[in-house]
Amino acid sequence: MPEVIALLPGTTFKTSSGMEVSVEAKRIMVVALGKLYSSRAQRGGLRLHRSLLLTLVMKSARDIYHAAQTSTENMEEEQGEPRPSEAEVTTDSSGSQELQGPASPPHLAAEWEEQSGGKNEENISSGPPQHTRKRRGRATAEPDFLPCKKAKLEYGTAVIVSSVLVDYTNCSSELGSSPIPLQTVIAAC
Amino acid sequence: MGEDTDATPTLNHHGFLPDHNYVTEADIISTVEFNHTGELLATGDKGGRVVIFQREPESKNEPFSQGEYNVYSTFQSHEPEFDYLKSLEIEEKINKIRWLPQQNAAHFLLSTNDKTIKLWKVSERDKRPEGYNLKDEEGRIKDVSTVTSLQVPVLKPMDLMVEVSPRRVFANAHTYHINSISVNSDYETYMSADDLRINLWHLDITDRSFNIVDIKPANMEDLTEVITAAEFHPHHCNLFVYSSSKGTLRLCDMREAALCDKHSKLFEEPEDPSARSFFSEIISSVSDVKFSHSGRYLLTRDYLTAKVWDLNMESKPLETYQVHDYLRSKLCSLYENDCIFDKFECAWNGSDSVIMTGAYNNFFRMFDRNTKRDVTLEASRESSKPRAVLKPRRVCAAGGKRRKDDISVDSLDFTKKILHTAWHPNENIIAIAATNNLYIFQDKLNSEMH
Repeated sequence: MPEVIALLPGTTFKTSSGMEVSVEAKRIMVVALGKLYSSRAQRGGLRLHRSLLLTLVMKSARDIYHAAQTSTENMEEEQGEPRPSEAEVTTDSSGSQELQGPASPPHLAAEWEEQSGGKNEENISSGPPQHTRKRRGRATAEPDFLPCKKAKLEYGTAVIVSSVLVDYTNCSSELGSSPIPLQTVIAAC
Repeated sequence: MGEDTDATPTLNHHGFLPDHNYVTEADIISTVEFNHTGELLATGDKGGRVVIFQREPESKNEPFSQGEYNVYSTFQSHEPEFDYLKSLEIEEKINKIRWLPQQNAAHFLLSTNDKTIKLWKVSERDKRPEGYNLKDEEGRIKDVSTVTSLQVPVLKPMDLMVEVSPRRVFANAHTYHINSISVNSDYETYMSADDLRINLWHLDITDRSFNIVDIKPANMEDLTEVITAAEFHPHHCNLFVYSSSKGTLRLCDMREAALCDKHSKLFEEPEDPSARSFFSEIISSVSDVKFSHSGRYLLTRDYLTAKVWDLNMESKPLETYQVHDYLRSKLCSLYENDCIFDKFECAWNGSDSVIMTGAYNNFFRMFDRNTKRDVTLEASRESSKPRAVLKPRRVCAAGGKRRKDDISVDSLDFTKKILHTAWHPNENIIAIAATNNLYIFQDKLNSEMH
């Protein structure tokens, strides 16, 4: 009997279901964070294997989220529709221009830094090295000379991850006010 | 194959309350292992206890009780501990038990929790000395003036007593949680593996171990994979294999270097890009690896499949068996309820012709490598009356064509998982751990392995 592999609705990467994928990815990231936090209180200490898998899922969801976001934005750019709701937290119109053509990374980095402010520093997954905190880490290091399109995605990541963490902090009183960056959870073992 | 399997009475050795559907967590069985002859079967549980069962010798007088397993000994192997330096509790749960090959009248086994491995000696005492001169029968010192003659103490038979004593404690060698132990075919050494390191021990030496694999990155933030299981080759004492969370297997040769970070062979199947999902990394993590008895093949288990690998072919598995592919569309729910992190074990039969692994709803699966037939069986009180024949079960996809007695995917009980199974080394006898219950099934019709 032929094997039927049924993927989750929403794991396809078609632009028409881009929003579904984004919602799914965001939910997966939130669940992963919840599990990472609750595992700190687990008897027997932090389980390295489980923490690693959760981190990988988060990264996977984040990457898929971005792929979906980019394709949604591309599609809407072509159709001339207004930007999705995340536009509220993006920069001004200079951001959309940079999607098409190159812009200097330092310029974008400066904008990003200004937007994110101090609170997001812990939760940023990339950015110019000179603005980073010492312990901020990522699963993969990316150089800061990438074309602006990638830099814009990374900026988007910073905002989404931080909003996810803020949502979670608001929901769960036990967490306190300082979310721990992803990789530090593993390094604490 | 396994269809005509008799059920021996279920052995409930851990205080299950029949009136309530309540299971004490300490009673949950966490490992099952036959010894090398199959005469003894050991189980470990979350409460740190080990229970050893012994097979009754077959007798002509009671033909129906031949070959049944009864409790032989129970002992507390590990206790909960506290690591004061890290403020961490160390669980007493027994992660693995491995028997040593028998070399004298006593039996030896290794049991391990997350941090400490212990060697236990299991011996029988069926005689005791009687007729001491200075002590009376209760052991009290006699008044010397009442002793009028000397006698030589004589060994008299007594009720069989099984004594278990800890002979070695191998501690403080693992920073991370131990997931595997494996006794070498040289009968002198064994290895213990945690998430990032594998250590080699001599069975007689407890204050030293050699580190043979270390995959800890210099910067923990660069961590991408962990060790999930490890085992020595059954015949070649220099070879061992370890599996990773990325789905790869590495065969290492201890003759090549003192530190076996560089593998001799790397077994990896290329990922199918069309099957990529959010959870691809989780479901590709190998939860168990076992050499075949011949030493020619490897059996691995990941979340949805069991694979047989040929040691001579690194590029892809020889055979892939779908354990419960109907779960592929449910991965998101299984992720949310944590089931996707369950670690299923796998087992070979004695002749390496059949492989077995557990699933949900107290189902377990057997795959015959030669006939390509497979069967799903259930370990439950209802379906396992003594001497009953196990009925094959079937899971139908939601909305699919449903036969009578089929179970739909949505009715599966994911709290009833069979993670630990074991197969007798020579005969068609299997031990299935279903939460806190141990089921032993014997194939009376086809007791010889073929």
